[in-house]
Amino acid sequence: MSLTTIAENIVKILQNYWQIFLIKGVGITLLLSAITVFFGAIFGSVLAFAKMSRFRIIRLPVSFFIELIRGTPILLQLYIGYFIVPQMLPALGMSDFASISVALIINSSCYMSEVVRSGIQAVDKTQTEAARSLGLNSSQTMLKVVLPQAVKNILPALGNEFIMIIKETSLASTFFIGDLMTSYLVVKGKTYLSLESLIIVGAIYFALTFSLSKLIGGFERKLKTSD
Amino acid sequence: MIETVNLVKNFGELGVLRGISETIHKGEVVSIIGPSGSGKSTFLRCLNLLEMPTSGKVIFDGVNLMDKDVDINLHRQKMGMVFQQFNVFPHLTVKENITLAPVLLKKKSKAQADKLADDLLGRIGLSDKADEHPRRLSGGQKQRLAIVRALAMEPEVMLFDEPTSALDPEMVGEVLQVIKDLVQGGMTCIIVTHEMGFAREVSTRVLFMDDGLIEEQGSPEQIFENPKSPRTREFLSKVLR
Repeated sequence: MSLTTIAENIVKILQNYWQIFLIKGVGITLLLSAITVFFGAIFGSVLAFAKMSRFRIIRLPVSFFIELIRGTPILLQLYIGYFIVPQMLPALGMSDFASISVALIINSSCYMSEVVRSGIQAVDKTQTEAARSLGLNSSQTMLKVVLPQAVKNILPALGNEFIMIIKETSLASTFFIGDLMTSYLVVKGKTYLSLESLIIVGAIYFALTFSLSKLIGGFERKLKTSD
Repeated sequence: MIETVNLVKNFGELGVLRGISETIHKGEVVSIIGPSGSGKSTFLRCLNLLEMPTSGKVIFDGVNLMDKDVDINLHRQKMGMVFQQFNVFPHLTVKENITLAPVLLKKKSKAQADKLADDLLGRIGLSDKADEHPRRLSGGQKQRLAIVRALAMEPEVMLFDEPTSALDPEMVGEVLQVIKDLVQGGMTCIIVTHEMGFAREVSTRVLFMDDGLIEEQGSPEQIFENPKSPRTREFLSKVLR
């Protein structure tokens, strides 16, 4: 197989199937990633505060849950989300897309909880002392002094998490969810051109993550100068 | 005004405060001097419970702050504190640094707090910086801001924790001047400091701390000219050249 044939095949595939890659594949990958990041950030923050709780009865089970999720493969969690949860809770009547989303959200919440927690803990303790010495209580201190400063630490890390998740959603193709990696499976099935399809999908993934990381980099610089 | 009874603070095995009983009266300006590690800062930080004492009492306006049913936040509003590292809020403007606590704690309306902030900034010569962020300020300006931030709560007493130790030498004077003005206005002050000349000039009483105890105390003249304890003499001979 010569390079020219490969290039010709790629052009041919793109001419016939570009919608499958660029519209359906990219669309579903981005949608799945955005949903995951959005809810992951919300639940991740909840988990972060739970893990910093004064009460052991909250802190310990939450820490264990986070360790459990971070310590097991994401593919295994997707299997559980796809096969086992719908069987156990058929009443929910979740679509495949929904059950995979839930599994991804749970996974990313646990990673993001660490991002949020370290962002909060990176704010100098002396800021808390200054606020408390003025008479602010601990929640006022958190809300008005610590969190506004922590956001600057957290936002860039959330962007990186977004990039990670875009790549991780490719695992969802195991369940034929329609994401970008699924479009590889579809096109390969139709054309029997495996390498060419992979090159196309790889290039699209890279274009997505590379432009996002440039975007985040610019955003990060902007945050720094406004410090 | 503030009384400590047998105040003890241990960090693990280490006894930092080993039973301090002391009373500070309204209108007094008390300087606390002594070698590093003698417990000066810890003692000061125990007064508003930023550091939780291991045992003993801290009585402020007749209330034992260590009682479980005391709302420490209410009492902290009446005790201003200034830190060595300024600890101004970098995400707020200079003016917002001052108005945050009085408005949030409902001591003042936004308009009243703004007016007070303008007055205070005028007093320390930072009116033109009101809407800037503190990162643009020099160390001396940050510390002056930290002082008026505490004053905006209209405290009954001001606690200073080595307020000039982190400053470049040429900025020490401007910060000390603000404290002097406060003292002249009759504010009760407790000042942990290494500035012996300043302590001597402004204090009504000087405490010399060593090894977790108040080794000696008295008027500035008495401590600096006629120290009784050999430890005080030794310390002063090292720092006053």
